[in-house]
Amino acid sequence: MTHTASTGTVATRRLGLLSIALLALTVILGLFVSDEDVIQGSTVRIMYVHVPTIWVAYMAFAFTAVCSAIYLSGKNRSLAWDRVGGASAEIGVLFVAISLVTGSLWGRITWGTYWVWDARLTSTAFLFITYVGYLAVRRLGGTQRQRAKRSAVLALLAVLEIPLVHFSVRLWRSLHQEASVANRGTDVELDGLMLFTLFLGLVAFTVLYVWMMLHRQRGIALEDALADKGLDVAIEQRRAESVVN
Amino acid sequence: MSINASPHSRWKVIRSIARKDVLVEWNSRVLTNQVAPFALVVMIMFAFALDNEGILQRVAPGLVWLATLFSMLIVVQRSFSVETADGALDALRVAGVSPSGIFYGKSLALMVQLFILQVLLMSVALVLYNVEISVMGVVEAIVTMVAATCGLAFVGTLYGGLAAGARGRETLLPLLLLPVVAPVLIGATRATEAAFETAGTDVSEGWPWIGLLGVFAVVFGAVGSVAFGPLIDE
Repeated sequence: MTHTASTGTVATRRLGLLSIALLALTVILGLFVSDEDVIQGSTVRIMYVHVPTIWVAYMAFAFTAVCSAIYLSGKNRSLAWDRVGGASAEIGVLFVAISLVTGSLWGRITWGTYWVWDARLTSTAFLFITYVGYLAVRRLGGTQRQRAKRSAVLALLAVLEIPLVHFSVRLWRSLHQEASVANRGTDVELDGLMLFTLFLGLVAFTVLYVWMMLHRQRGIALEDALADKGLDVAIEQRRAESVVN
Repeated sequence: MSINASPHSRWKVIRSIARKDVLVEWNSRVLTNQVAPFALVVMIMFAFALDNEGILQRVAPGLVWLATLFSMLIVVQRSFSVETADGALDALRVAGVSPSGIFYGKSLALMVQLFILQVLLMSVALVLYNVEISVMGVVEAIVTMVAATCGLAFVGTLYGGLAAGARGRETLLPLLLLPVVAPVLIGATRATEAAFETAGTDVSEGWPWIGLLGVFAVVFGAVGSVAFGPLIDE
């Protein structure tokens, strides 16, 4: 356990600089260098944020599930797995939110509406709410072991729940609405530079995710240490008082 | 370690836990005196909000299930506040009752309560929202209620157990539970639309949706019995 007050190390500082540089490059390529889309015009530039953030969010949630499975499997009951999983989910929620907001802004310009009841959009909204619930469970209180166990079970239940929700929402939409407008944007052919910018965005947001996650899990570790130590300190003080009296 | 090793005694454990829960409900009359009237008020409020008989008839199946989900939140909370109030859940665990026994027992009691509630809500919908139903429709509605009730009871018990004993569980449970039961809302509403023959649907169109409800119930029935243990073991 680290005893420094900072959550950074030399490695995370370098990672931070790298992610800033990559994001800056994505901004330059996405906003100024890459061409407008033939059909969508400049709105296509939103995609350089919208698509990478949702991919990274999926990755983050998958990582949370893996950490939870490792914690529950009993081979390694280190609370570090819980902290890393929790930190990953927090950033996943943030990235889904960014993706939902950018997506609906794009939809407003392209489809003329912020929201359509498309299967993918609806299940993404459910994904967001599910992990907001997961984060709420992490804050339920109790011991750190309780938190770890509860949230790990919940993270694994989410893996089961999300495909079920997605499947039923798709079934719901497929029987009640003809081909959705959401399909229009997906068969766009990307030229070389656009594709490169998209992948650069993916790399940039992935590095950003790793950087934030490392800081956040150390932050949680410090919070946990404070909770442990805080109690010890309080007991010490109480004892000291009783000696004086 | 656990007292219910043979299938026979396992069933006995499940039955006695379910019996205990139903008895507690029967004695307190919360379901009949509070939850059912609440569900009724919700149904009437829907009519105020929508204010059009044609629309009400069209959306009646969805309203029945929404009212069910809202009432279910209360029933689930009741089911676990009884358990945690005097450390009853811990006492059950100390007595050597297996977590899966508790899970199925509590689910069974929840099924009974939810089923009663649904029969009531369906009947109210038929009367208040002017819905007409055929004989085959009645059969389909009953099968839908049974399938949906099983799924809801399993999920309710699982997430109720998760939130049990925690501070702020009243606000947390809806947030956790409602997204998970979305497939039930979708499946049960479509199946009930078919049963009511709403907007030109045919009774036969409902059966695939009942299949979805069945899959949901089986999945959460199986997973719940495994996941329930770690959730209440603290």
